[in-house]
Amino acid sequence: MSEQHLHRQLGLTDAELAMYSVMWSEHCSYKSSRVHLGRLPSDGPQVVLGPGENAGVVDIGDGLGVVVRIESHNHPSYVEPYQGAATGVGGILRDILTMGARPTACFDSLRFGLPVEAPATAVAPSGDSGAADDETLRQRWLANGVVSGISGYGNAVGVPTVGGEILFDPTYAGNPLVNVMALGVMELEHLQRAQATGEGNIVLLIGASTGRDGIGGVSVLASSGFEAGDEEKRPSVQVGDPFEEKKLIEACLELFRSGLSVGAQDLGGAGLTCATSETAAGGSGGMDVDLDAVVLREQGMPAFEILTSESQERMLVVVEPGDLDAALDVCARWEAPACVVGRVTDSGRLRVRQGGDVVCDVPPASLAEGIRYDRPLARPARIDALTARDPSAELPVVTEATLREETSLLMTSPNLASAEWAYRQYDHQLFLNTVVRPGEGDAAVLRVMGTDKALAVALDGVGRYGRLDPRRGAALAVAEASRNVSAVGAVPIAAVDCMNFGNPEKPEVMWEFSEAVDGLTEACEALGVPIVGGNVSFYNETSGRDIDPTPIVGVVGLVDPLPGVPSGVGFEVLGDLVLVAGATGVDLGGSEWAWWNYGVVCGSPPAVDWPAERAHNAFLADVQRAGLARSVHDVSLGGVAVCLCECALAGGVGAVVDTTAWAPAISLSAALFSETSGRSVLSVPPGAAEAIEHLAQTHGVPIFRVGEVGGDSIFGIPLADLESAVTPRW
Amino acid sequence: MSGLVAIPIIPGVNCEHDVAHAISLVGGESAFVHHMEATLPSGTQAVYIPGGFSYGDYLRAGAIARFAPIVAAIGRAAADGMPVLGVCNGFQILCEAGLLPGALARNVGLRFLCQDVHLRVETAGTPVTHRLKAGNVLRIPINHGEGCYTAPTETIDRLEAGNQVLLRYCRPDGTVDPDDRESNPNGSLRSIAGVTNEAGNVAGMMPHPERASESILGSVDGLPIVESLVKVSTTAGVA
Repeated sequence: MSEQHLHRQLGLTDAELAMYSVMWSEHCSYKSSRVHLGRLPSDGPQVVLGPGENAGVVDIGDGLGVVVRIESHNHPSYVEPYQGAATGVGGILRDILTMGARPTACFDSLRFGLPVEAPATAVAPSGDSGAADDETLRQRWLANGVVSGISGYGNAVGVPTVGGEILFDPTYAGNPLVNVMALGVMELEHLQRAQATGEGNIVLLIGASTGRDGIGGVSVLASSGFEAGDEEKRPSVQVGDPFEEKKLIEACLELFRSGLSVGAQDLGGAGLTCATSETAAGGSGGMDVDLDAVVLREQGMPAFEILTSESQERMLVVVEPGDLDAALDVCARWEAPACVVGRVTDSGRLRVRQGGDVVCDVPPASLAEGIRYDRPLARPARIDALTARDPSAELPVVTEATLREETSLLMTSPNLASAEWAYRQYDHQLFLNTVVRPGEGDAAVLRVMGTDKALAVALDGVGRYGRLDPRRGAALAVAEASRNVSAVGAVPIAAVDCMNFGNPEKPEVMWEFSEAVDGLTEACEALGVPIVGGNVSFYNETSGRDIDPTPIVGVVGLVDPLPGVPSGVGFEVLGDLVLVAGATGVDLGGSEWAWWNYGVVCGSPPAVDWPAERAHNAFLADVQRAGLARSVHDVSLGGVAVCLCECALAGGVGAVVDTTAWAPAISLSAALFSETSGRSVLSVPPGAAEAIEHLAQTHGVPIFRVGEVGGDSIFGIPLADLESAVTPRW
Repeated sequence: MSGLVAIPIIPGVNCEHDVAHAISLVGGESAFVHHMEATLPSGTQAVYIPGGFSYGDYLRAGAIARFAPIVAAIGRAAADGMPVLGVCNGFQILCEAGLLPGALARNVGLRFLCQDVHLRVETAGTPVTHRLKAGNVLRIPINHGEGCYTAPTETIDRLEAGNQVLLRYCRPDGTVDPDDRESNPNGSLRSIAGVTNEAGNVAGMMPHPERASESILGSVDGLPIVESLVKVSTTAGVA
């Protein structure tokens, strides 16, 4: 009796055990999060496919749909930053491809620990011990490795990286975040489904050979925390090959367009196990798979390794027997290796054979549907302690005499540094769609070739807000991303979320997660933006310490029609008037100023006034549509003070500003550094000021004339000094 | 009836759709040609080798692509005087294939660079610059990790003497300083951004003219280059 037979008599085979282990992992089954995710609003008149698919699909008219998805690759990137980030890009592109669309744009949201030491006035930012020398160097190594990985893979595979953001906080020192969002535009009639239908149809495995890389990645890396010495987990990180992926993309697109494919599913987390069980469960219900037909990188791989390998650049495509030769011809022309690995059955079983043995014989749905936990929730003790403190009481009173010094110090925060070092390494122009490039606006703007429409995309999420109030933190992420796309003239039409949280086995973390889901729900309902897809990344903890709850939200906006290149963010013309739109409150809780300058993170993050937020978004879109303003920039981290500095830096011209003009009733510190939502800074030709003010009035948005563009300083800080403050030292 | 511009598709190149779009903008016609083809399509009057990462740029950019049958066909057509433009990876392939002098090394900063650069037209009247004048300054994006033009000093002297330097990286005002990383970001020798062969009909350049083909994309300065190639192919015989 062979070993396999013995195991069968005792229960599950080795292969089955491994398959359930990966499919029932947190990463694949969403077992801890699913009971909460149902609360997210995912319906809308434009939603074609919502969460639960490989990617969300939104109708933008003219028979076209936007396919969009976000995913994390946090843990692999910590273990091996270049390959971790590279394969994160590769994985998300295949999700877009699986729907039938050519992936045409990528966006990254990255979080690292501090790459520089905190200022002396903020001895212990975030309550952490300040970053030591070798620690800042390690964070630089991580950040550079991740950016190189995105650049190396994205550029070579031929998908431009056109936007994103990078933030730093000690909470991510032991667990960086690498969230990648991708989108494609397709004719909706060519939409593909991840279904293996039609008994007797043939299952093709296309793309790279299968090796020992990434075995059990979803369970070893993505579903557990980190301890010291985890370099040993490096073999669980996959290695990317963008050239294979490029050939795979071209071959699959041709298969889809020519109608040769019945269904398709990429091989990502949990590899062949996930692709076969999900397509079988979603299709005719059964599949026979022959592991001896899988092309391997090395001999002697047991069934469980082949079934759980996360070798990259592979795709499962189902074809009718009569189309097999044509399909193989397409693959051969693109030099994408393809082999027949199985057949669709109606047996209701996923049967896998190797060397004559049946190594797996289970109902595919039992793998694909996973399990579901309703884990206990508990409000963390820290929240009450932190929110009970009034940040204003712990911060100095800013005066006209000290505002220059305060602002100069604030501008040295790595979160306000120029990201040019990163996006210059990314091809951000391929496909000739990029109208607003990285660094030029609050959101990337991509025209939709062949139409007069454009898409605007922004990613946001501030973990510090989440630490104080995960519900508000999540809501603020939606608010800011929506405001960003509005600022370039778009109407937000859909959102995707990547939920980065700690260990879900801790009731406090589950409570944070549940709160964040409610915050997303509140915000998306208030702004009328459905969530069409998402990803949950738990176990973001190192040595038992969880990261701040960090939901990253990507919002897609539609500009229809695109009137031309939208106004940028910079002050450019002497004599233009500077205006602040939106009301400023006392919102210093979790603010960049309190944190970076003084290490103070307490109080409550800003509460969003939803009607005001909506009105402000509509106002911004109208301003861009009418081409009334010379520049538009949303106010976010660092408040109006930082926003003004950024406008001056972007355009290369300073401004003279009356600091009492937009919030005379509150302290100067709050006027300058409050992070109240729903605000923007505009510069307008004097002749257009009244029209803008009238527009603001129609929307019910308060607007203030605060100064004039001119000179080479802002608040008396020379632009050259600001330039050196925002130049990264990593 | 206009002449056809052939766009060879070597696995891993990715700018083919952009190139076809730019050619259509100037009223030209183009056709994709598979890399295993041993001949160019009938009616081909010019070739535009697009950028990208042929064979992943593994080993060395363009080093594997030069063995593609279509590259041999392009070599034969070039010897007969057909205008050929290689952009970015296309330039690297032409150098590796020996159809153009010199080589493209890693950028001096060792980082990939995607940004606008300014270019000064050094030699007008070639199949890709006959719509331009020497001294014209163009703003066109680069997008490469291996774009540092290099060759033995004697070769470069010969190129300069023979009017084979097509374009140089320059400041917005047209001044050239090879040591200035702002204007010559990849560190190319003598700021060379593009060269031609001795006959002048084969040209290579690192910047992407097709990416500067519409004002909504930020610049139209690449159009005269695309138009030069297309109009040569329609009038034919200019070489």
